[in-house]
Amino acid sequence: MAKNTSTSSMKQKRAVGNAIAYLVLIAISIVWLFPFVGLVLQSFRSYATEYGGMVEYFIPKQFSLDNYKFILSGESNYLLWYRNTVIIAIFVSLFQTIIVLCVSYALSRMRFKGRTFLMRFWLILGMFPGFLAMICLYFLLKALGLTQAGAVPGLILVGIASSGMGYYVCKGYFDTIPKSLDEAARIDGASRARIFFTMTLPMSKPIIIYTALVAFMAPWCDYVFASYVAFGHDTSYNVAVGLTRWVWTNDYQGFFTRFCAGGVLVAIPVVILFMCLQRYYVEGVTGGAVKG
Amino acid sequence: MAAENNKNKSGAAAAFSGIGKNIAEIGTTFKEGDWKTRVSYLIMGFGPICRGAFLRGFMYLFCQAGIISWIAMYGWKYLSKLNTLGTVETAKVGRKTVYGDDSFLILLFGLLSLILVIALIALWRMNIAENRKEEEILKAGKKLPGNKRDFLSLFDSNFDKTLLALPVLGIFVFTVLPIIFMICVAFTNYDATHQSPSKLFTWVGLDNFKELLSFGPNGFGSTFVSVLLWTLVWAFFATFLDYFLGMAVAILINKKGIKFKKMWRTILVMTIAVPQFVSLLYLMKMFAKDGLINTYLMKWGWIQEAIPFWTNPMLARITIIVINIWIGIPYLMLIATGLLMNIPEDLYESAKIDGATPWQMFRHITLPYMLFVTGPYLLTQYTGNLNNFNVIFLLTQGGPKSMALAGGAGRTDLLVTWLYKITLNDTNYKMAAVIGIMVFIVTAVISLVVYNMLPSVKDEEGFQ
Repeated sequence: MAKNTSTSSMKQKRAVGNAIAYLVLIAISIVWLFPFVGLVLQSFRSYATEYGGMVEYFIPKQFSLDNYKFILSGESNYLLWYRNTVIIAIFVSLFQTIIVLCVSYALSRMRFKGRTFLMRFWLILGMFPGFLAMICLYFLLKALGLTQAGAVPGLILVGIASSGMGYYVCKGYFDTIPKSLDEAARIDGASRARIFFTMTLPMSKPIIIYTALVAFMAPWCDYVFASYVAFGHDTSYNVAVGLTRWVWTNDYQGFFTRFCAGGVLVAIPVVILFMCLQRYYVEGVTGGAVKG
Repeated sequence: MAAENNKNKSGAAAAFSGIGKNIAEIGTTFKEGDWKTRVSYLIMGFGPICRGAFLRGFMYLFCQAGIISWIAMYGWKYLSKLNTLGTVETAKVGRKTVYGDDSFLILLFGLLSLILVIALIALWRMNIAENRKEEEILKAGKKLPGNKRDFLSLFDSNFDKTLLALPVLGIFVFTVLPIIFMICVAFTNYDATHQSPSKLFTWVGLDNFKELLSFGPNGFGSTFVSVLLWTLVWAFFATFLDYFLGMAVAILINKKGIKFKKMWRTILVMTIAVPQFVSLLYLMKMFAKDGLINTYLMKWGWIQEAIPFWTNPMLARITIIVINIWIGIPYLMLIATGLLMNIPEDLYESAKIDGATPWQMFRHITLPYMLFVTGPYLLTQYTGNLNNFNVIFLLTQGGPKSMALAGGAGRTDLLVTWLYKITLNDTNYKMAAVIGIMVFIVTAVISLVVYNMLPSVKDEEGFQ
């Protein structure tokens, strides 16, 4: 009898605890989803019958596709910006992954003169703010004709040129693959290159996907450098620069809801991709956090 | 301290004896070497080519020819002016523009030439060592490795060179060279009134650093201190609030008896998936004077006037930190979820038997473990937040601006956003460079000091 009451009181306690936990979780979910719900709702606000700027109500009075029609028609450069961003993201993702894999393998598996020096040097180099190099980089790109009208290849070049320094997570992963495998293959006469291509790479699918995913997502948010390199040349903007300018300068003309529509279209493919590959992302992030 | 001094001295001594040894070896190689080796002192790679190692030999020769001809044709005219950065200003004579020196190009290509000269010397030294090695192999009666084997080694024992060549070159051109250039700019008067190519700029020594630390009415001193303090405070809150709240959320979702764990996580992860500029700009508008939050609070009669989220300095700072929590928690939640599962369950079981409360278990089991494992991550997070450009810039652009601050700085500006503004709005490159160097110093000092204090560095085996 006594035992019974104690378990039932414990059960009660746990139920109360869980109820509170659920309440907190629901509150958290509302806070986290609210901006996205707002973004989607306002993107459907009718441009013709309602004001396209800031209004004092949350749910539009009339739903319409005005804003989507506007950004998808040729009236603005939105589609061009979108195309630029996709091109940049694909190229940067592809080449950055290749470079990071090469650097990581060399630093993880090979022992050569200057290896520790290289790693320390890059570590120190990484402590300089990236924008410090911006001024000089801009003139370098300009000399190559890769600014303003040529900003897209310029941004791709900058995006991949220094990507070798971001090898930490990937090297950490390679370090966990037993070296004895490499050594066994070498005794059998396989060259380093062959080991890299036929053994290490096939075993590294998670980290390859993680590297590519992170590299793919970065150009979508690149405001700083893109705005500097493409300065004043509307057709070379990426979505981040173009839409940010809509919000900052054209807000009063009702571009706010158009920004919302543009933002939704940007978010959809990235979110879908991310959700599909989420597992790899979590693995990479967690591994990176533990190794520092 | 004394021991450290000794260590330094021995380090310097080692470096000097290393140089001495090198010079001695260069001498003996010349004395003992055959005529092929001796010609190689002038024409790099001559020896290897004569001995049949064409691949190596021609590589040296091409490098030498390339570097020397580049410096002779282009580099020299910049390198020779590096000490003054140009003396002839571009001027208008009648209707014609007579082009003078371009300080920017002189500095950039002068530095590049200087680096190439150093590279040439290094190659020259390698070329001598190569000759000596080949001679020794031949003297021992062995054969030199053939060209084919040389080439194939690039995919085997020298695979690292193949893998690293392009990345290292890219980092050199697009990171190292620009950073060296900007460090040099910090010692010049390159600003809006000395804009190349029409105007010259020149070396001014430490003047810019003095200006940064001068506390007069026109000096940058008080602004620098105020921006630096806010940068440090911001990074502190952005790192640790996110860390503890993220961990709390992870524990909450992990709690036994909570269903739909995956759904809760997915909701939070949306924040990572949606490109930051979209969500940040939307949030910026949401907290604006005519934004949703203010208009609804007024509609409900909770407030009479709009809350100045972005125009009141203190409020703007708090709002930024709060919004950053919104951004940061999902990352920490993901990381903490993975790590929490690694803590052995029996630790908690035995603690429960001993009658520990949940708080005690968190305080004595979970927290020490998490801090131990994520110590280095926290450090990189902190230094990353010192340079967290996007959050600040997309939310406030560093504003609200203040007359009390120099260089167009606002009350929420971090050092990096200030650097960006000085570069873009004022084209005051010299001060931007000085601030960049300051950011580096702050980051490096914090990293060094904290890194050596980390428990996981001090005691690597501690938690295994």
